[in-house]
Amino acid sequence: MIKHDVLIVGSGLAGMRSALEVCKDLDVGLLSKVYPSRSHSGAAQGGIAAALGNSEDDSWEEHMFDTVKGGDYLNDQDAVEVYVQAAPRVIYELEHFGCVFSRTADGKIAQRSFGGHSKPRACFSADRTGHAILHALHEQVLKNAKSIKIYSEWYMHQLVVEEGRCCGVVVSNVRTGEVEVIHAKAVIFATGGYGRVYKITTNAFASTADGALAAFHAGVPLEDTEFVQFHPSGLYRQGILFSEAARGEGGYLLNGNGDRFMEKYAPSRMELAPRDIVARAEQSEIDAGRGVNGEACIHLDLRHLGEARIMERLPQIRQLGIDFIGVDCVNEPLPIQPSAHYSMGGIPTDMHGQVVVDADNTPMAGFFAAGECACVSVHGANRLGTNSLLEATVFGERTGRRALEYARSADFAAFNEGHEKARVLNQIEEIFQRDGTESYNDIRNEMKEVMMEKCGVFRDADNLKSCIATIQGLQERHTKGRVTDKGLLFNTELYEIIELGNMLKMAEIIATTALARQESRGGHYRTDFPKRDDQEFLKHSLVYQSEDGMEIKSKKVIVTKYQPKERTY
Amino acid sequence: MATFRIKRYNPEKRPDAYYEDFEYDFPEGATLLDCLNHIKWTQDGSLTYRMSCRSAICGSCGMKGNGHALLACQRQAAQLLKSGDQVITVEPLGNMPVIKDLVTDFKEFWEKVDQVKPYLQNKEKAPEQERQQSPEEFRKIDATSTCIMCGACYSDCNTLEVDKNFLGPAALAKAQRFVGDSRDHATRERIKELSKPGGMWDCTHCGECVERCPKPAEPFYRIKELMEVALNEGVTHNNGARHALSFVKSVKHSGRLNESKIPIESVGYFNIKGLLELVPVGLRMLLKLKIPPIFHKPIDDAKDVKRIFEEFGE
Repeated sequence: MIKHDVLIVGSGLAGMRSALEVCKDLDVGLLSKVYPSRSHSGAAQGGIAAALGNSEDDSWEEHMFDTVKGGDYLNDQDAVEVYVQAAPRVIYELEHFGCVFSRTADGKIAQRSFGGHSKPRACFSADRTGHAILHALHEQVLKNAKSIKIYSEWYMHQLVVEEGRCCGVVVSNVRTGEVEVIHAKAVIFATGGYGRVYKITTNAFASTADGALAAFHAGVPLEDTEFVQFHPSGLYRQGILFSEAARGEGGYLLNGNGDRFMEKYAPSRMELAPRDIVARAEQSEIDAGRGVNGEACIHLDLRHLGEARIMERLPQIRQLGIDFIGVDCVNEPLPIQPSAHYSMGGIPTDMHGQVVVDADNTPMAGFFAAGECACVSVHGANRLGTNSLLEATVFGERTGRRALEYARSADFAAFNEGHEKARVLNQIEEIFQRDGTESYNDIRNEMKEVMMEKCGVFRDADNLKSCIATIQGLQERHTKGRVTDKGLLFNTELYEIIELGNMLKMAEIIATTALARQESRGGHYRTDFPKRDDQEFLKHSLVYQSEDGMEIKSKKVIVTKYQPKERTY
Repeated sequence: MATFRIKRYNPEKRPDAYYEDFEYDFPEGATLLDCLNHIKWTQDGSLTYRMSCRSAICGSCGMKGNGHALLACQRQAAQLLKSGDQVITVEPLGNMPVIKDLVTDFKEFWEKVDQVKPYLQNKEKAPEQERQQSPEEFRKIDATSTCIMCGACYSDCNTLEVDKNFLGPAALAKAQRFVGDSRDHATRERIKELSKPGGMWDCTHCGECVERCPKPAEPFYRIKELMEVALNEGVTHNNGARHALSFVKSVKHSGRLNESKIPIESVGYFNIKGLLELVPVGLRMLLKLKIPPIFHKPIDDAKDVKRIFEEFGE
C-alpha cells in the first residue's frame, strides 16, 4: 500500500506548482502518466499574462476587464480579481525559481501583445514560455526530492470516495502493469484538458479527459463543458500549434484572396481579437470558399517581420514549419486552421481549488483541482491567450496551499482497499476478454471527425443531436473492440483503450451541454441561436451523471465590477 | 511501399530482441511517428513506444531511425528513405536498457541530471520584483534552455558507450544552463564538481550530440562553454584541464603536439601516483615501437602559429 499526505495527479504547471506548496510541510506523491517534463504545459508557446507594466503602463483592473470581456461575461469575477492581482507576484516568483525569460534592454522581463489584451502583458521566453516554466518548476521539484516523490508513467483510473470524502486513487504502474491503491489525506487533480476528442487539435496524445471523467464517475458534476476553445493557428490538417505570439509580434491572417479579412470581423483589434472571434472569422472565410486555394485553411503571414525578428522572438515556430511541412515562414506564409485547443470547462472548484459538487458550492472533502482540468471559472466562455499558464500557476499555488491546510488536520480515511482495486482489475480483465472485431482506430477517428464537424466552431441543434447519437453508437462499439496486447508490461494499447472510453464519454458530455445552451457566447456558437442571451443563459452549467443519462443544472455567475455589455472589438 | 524494420523486445513473450517488418505506404508529409501510429493502430497493437505532444517539445518519442537518434514526431518518414532503400530501421535509444520494443529506461539519465544540481542557486534574498538580466546575459542560456530531455544525445554519445560514469551531454548541457546564468551563484562549486572524472573533460569532442540534438541546445557547444569557464575560473587542478592547457602550450610553442609531454603534463609533474600509473602504458608502447619521438621538433612555420595565437589574444 502506498501512502502520501497529499497525492497530486498530473505534473504540468498546476500539478508541480501545487506540489511545491504542499511540500513545505507535508509529503507529496506526484503522479504522471508521462514524465513531469513531458507534460503538455510545455507546449504552450506565447506567454504568461501579468500587468507588470514593463513596456507600457498597465494595471490589474485592465487585466481583469480584458479577461472578463474576453470570457463574454461568464467568468466568476471574484475569482478573476484574486487571479489577476496575484499575477505579478507569481511571475516574479517563477523568475526567482530560475525560469528563463526574454528580457527588455534594461533587464526586466519582456512583454508582448496578445489577443484580447489591451496592453502588452504577455511575459515570454521566446516562443517556448510553457516549456521554460515547466522546466523551472521541474527543477524546483527535483530540488525538493526529499518530500516530493515522483511516480512517472503511472496511470490514474479512479478516485476513491468514501462517505462523501475523497481518500485516495486507484492507479496502474504502466511499466509493470500492477494496479495499486494510493491512500491520501487529500487528492489534487491537475490532469489537463481533453482536446484529443477533436480531429484537429493542438493537444498532446495525453490530453484525454482522464481526470474529468474520474471526477464525473465519482459523482462530481462538470461545469461549462460546452465551452471548448479553438485556436486560430493550428497547422493545417495537423493542428500543431503556431503561437498567437506570431500575431502578437505583428503577423497577418490572409484568406485565399490575400485579404486581411479580420478587418470585417474585429476592425479595432484585427488579428489580435480574442481567439473565439478569430477562429470563427477563419471558419467563416473557409466556409464561404475563401480559404487558401479553396481548401480549409488560412494563411498566417510573417514575412514582413523579417528573419532577425523571427529568429529572436519566434524561432521554434519557424523550425516547426520547416520540419513539419517544409515551409520557412521567413519566405512563405504558413497554412493554418482553427484547432481544438483548450477546455474552459472542467471540474468545478471554488477559488481555493476546493472541488464543489453543486450550485451552492458544497465541497467534496479532500478533493481539489487546478489548471485546465478545473473550472474556477476565471475564463468564462472564452479564455484569453497567456491566461492559462497564469491560471495553472496561480491556482496551482492556491490549491496546494488549501490542500496543505486541509491535510494538516485530516487523517487517512479507512476504506475497503480490496474492493476499490477489484473494480479496476475487473475493468481491465473485461477489456482483455473482449474478442470483438471493431477497430479502436476507426472508433477514435469517427469520434474525432464527428466532434469536429458537428460540435466544433459552429453548432446547431440538428447537428448536435446527430453528433450525440453517433457518439453513443461509438460507445457501444467500444465494448466490442479487438484487443491485441494482453500483457502486463508497458501495455500502451490498454491505456489507449481506457482513454478512448473516457473521451467518448467526454464527447457526449460536451455535445449534450452544447445542445442545452441555446445561445451564442464566447467559444460556444449556435447558428440557430446566434445571439448571447443574458436573460436565460448568464449562468454556468453543471452536468451530472444520472440514472437515465445526464442531468444538467445551473449555477449562478458571480458578477462584481463589470456588468455584462455587448462585446465588440 | 516502405518497410519499417522495427526492433522488437518483449521479455514477457520471448527473451531476446528481434526485428519485425511492417509494410506501410505512407502519405506525403507523414512523420515517423505517424507511421508508427498507423502500424500500431491498424496492424499490431502491441507495438510499444512513447509519444505525447507530436510537436517536438515534450521529448517523449526519442528513438533511433536508421541507426541514429531522433524524435519520431519531428522526422518526415520520406527523409529516412532518401538513400533510395525502401527500408526504414527503427530501434530504441542507445546507452539505456530497453524495457519493451522502443521504450527505454531513463533511470540513469535522470540520475545524472540530478547529479549536476539542476536548479538555480542564488544566495541573495529575492527582490520584490524580477532579478535583472540583460538580453546579452539571457542569450548565454538561450540555447541550453531549449533542451527537452529527450535523450537523443545520450543515446548516441560515443563516450557513454565506453564509460558509463560519464555524465553525458544532456546533464552537462543542463549544468551549463546554470553555470551560464548570471543569476546563479554557485559557478565555482559547479565547475569543480564538473571537472571530476566523468565530467566535462571526459567528453571526446566527437560532436555526435550536436548532430542528434533535435533542438538548438547542441550539448557539445555547451560543454565547450563549461570548459572555457573552468579555464577562466582557474579550476585547472585536474587531468582534463591540464590536458587542454598542455595541448595549447605545445601547439603554441612548436606548431604541433608534443606527444610525450602531454600525458605527463595532464597528470601533473608532482602527481607521483599519476605518473607511476603512466609507466606501464609507456612501457607497452615502447615494446610495440609506438612511442612518440623523445626529441620534439617544431614545425617549419612555428612562428606563424605563434603569431595566430597572439592575434587572437590566446
